[in-house]
Amino acid sequence: MRIYAAFVYIFLYLPIGVIALFSFNAGRHASQLQGFSTQWYGKALNNPFVMDALQTSLIVALVSATCASVFGTMAAVALQGIRGPLRTTFDLLIYVAVMIPGIVIGIATLIGLVTLFDQLNPVLAAIWPSGTPPQFSMGYGSLIAAHTLFTMALVIIIIRARLAGMDRALAEASSDLYATPMGTFRQVTLPLIFPAILAGFLLSFTFSFDDFIIAFFVAGSETTLPIYVFSSIRRGVTPEINAIGTLVLAASLILLVTAQVLLRSGRRRG
Amino acid sequence: MNKAAYAPPPSKATLGPIAELRNVSKRFGDILAADGLDLSIMSGEFLSFLGPSGCGKTTALRILAGFEAPTTGEVLLDGEIVNDLDPFRRPVNMVFQHYALFPHLTVAQNIGYGLRQRRPRPPRDEIERKVKTALEIVRLEGFEDRRIWEMSGGQQQRVALARAIVNEPKLLLLDEPMAALDRKLRKEMQIELQNIQRRLGMTFILVTHDQEEALSMSDRICIMRDGRIVQTGTPRELYDQPRNRYVAGFVGTSNFFDGVVESVAADQAQVSVKGGIVLAGRAISPVAVGQEVSVSVRPEQIRLERANAADRPGWPVTILNRIFLGEHTEYLVKHESLGEFMVLTPRQAELSDGPFNAGERLMALWEAGGALVLKQD
Repeated sequence: MRIYAAFVYIFLYLPIGVIALFSFNAGRHASQLQGFSTQWYGKALNNPFVMDALQTSLIVALVSATCASVFGTMAAVALQGIRGPLRTTFDLLIYVAVMIPGIVIGIATLIGLVTLFDQLNPVLAAIWPSGTPPQFSMGYGSLIAAHTLFTMALVIIIIRARLAGMDRALAEASSDLYATPMGTFRQVTLPLIFPAILAGFLLSFTFSFDDFIIAFFVAGSETTLPIYVFSSIRRGVTPEINAIGTLVLAASLILLVTAQVLLRSGRRRG
Repeated sequence: MNKAAYAPPPSKATLGPIAELRNVSKRFGDILAADGLDLSIMSGEFLSFLGPSGCGKTTALRILAGFEAPTTGEVLLDGEIVNDLDPFRRPVNMVFQHYALFPHLTVAQNIGYGLRQRRPRPPRDEIERKVKTALEIVRLEGFEDRRIWEMSGGQQQRVALARAIVNEPKLLLLDEPMAALDRKLRKEMQIELQNIQRRLGMTFILVTHDQEEALSMSDRICIMRDGRIVQTGTPRELYDQPRNRYVAGFVGTSNFFDGVVESVAADQAQVSVKGGIVLAGRAISPVAVGQEVSVSVRPEQIRLERANAADRPGWPVTILNRIFLGEHTEYLVKHESLGEFMVLTPRQAELSDGPFNAGERLMALWEAGGALVLKQD
């Protein structure tokens, strides 16, 4: 059993390990080690295309994670006050949103937005007072919207779990001590679920930053880091790609571990 | 503890009741959790809702706090109808069963929470001063900056109490506050709670299923069952004049002999019980001939005598079991027709007559006034 488990882990993680290993390759081949060097990290960080893609990815991840955290928290808190079939329906829809494959979300968002824009743009052109009317098109907006929708479900699930573990009597006690519903949210609920919100934010950030499939469909003319990596692979793999991959992996791992630590500490204290 | 020596301080606002329930009912789906509650709560009194779990006592408390709105009926605070007044607008505070202290705040921040919600907000030094006084009242001086999870269960309970009394509420509601404490601590807290209540002259309303707790602390007790108030009265009234068998069984212990009323003269009734025996007793509420009733005799009302005095009416019994309780000895005895019942004998009586042993045959007797004829329901 142990040997079997060991093989599973080797199978899962060996390719990742190899990628990290070859990012330190002194030679320019991705399959032949020729000594240790960090030159590819320097190359990657000095590549203007990489830095551009990185900037796009960071902006999209930051904005969508912020939106997902804010709206997700609001939704989770509001759902807490609902009972019955409406609640069940929402719960179901949230889990469905997490389970739907990225490719489906990507295609659906693309078709949905393109159809919407085709309807809206003529209307906008008609009512625009003077000059060239702005056009809705795929880009930052669609990327952020698609990522927010996808990651918001995650945030809701995380915060709902935290709220469910919170003693209902705490909100009642606050209300009994003359705090208005808004006061109770600000002084009791929010501080107690804050670790979960932060964890949700970090997870959302990671998911958005790492996402390729949805971004591929809705990015329009923008290039995120995963899209850049994908397109440069077609021109041949150099250790530069490995270096980017390793950096992204390290950053993601740090964020995920931080999120886990936050969720744990929140549970212990609450 | 001398109840008679305690007079509630006069209320500044009104001389009437500080809170009232008028025919209050609460329905949750198919369940009628409160059914036509009528109650006047006097300023400065210590009132308990006593009953088994599910009897509606917590619902009554939550209606007073404002967490539940009554389905029908009226809730009055200081003479005003407050049915739809939000809990955060009511001058009422609650000590929750599991305290519900805010884990992210210190002890002082927890206690000052209610004061900080006031608009206009009181000055910082006033809040600090009141928090300090509240901590002194519950004897937790110097614990201001502690975290909640650093406190023991008993200390947490004191913090919860301080957090409520610091607001000087019109009503202080306590929802089984002692349930989570061990027995010794519970006794201490009961005495302390009573002292605090008298010192502050605040109106306390306690919910409990522990009859001993209710009897020892309350000025008045409200016995509840199935969402209804069965009887409200001082502990002594409930003990001496229970309205029915349920109350007599819930307040203290008693022996019950079920039977049918044979004749009634004024408040004296003759009841025919098992084996053709007729027991006499005083009817607390009117009973009719033919009605099914219980004759209740408290264990301490029954005397055991070794001398077989033929001229005294008594019941020959055999001792089945003896439990030595220090000041008293509890005997389980058996009469061939009446069945088994309990007798509580004071130590004084045993000194003259000597302890009775299991298997011994004796006479059990009680004064006519010691037996009560009670309705079954």
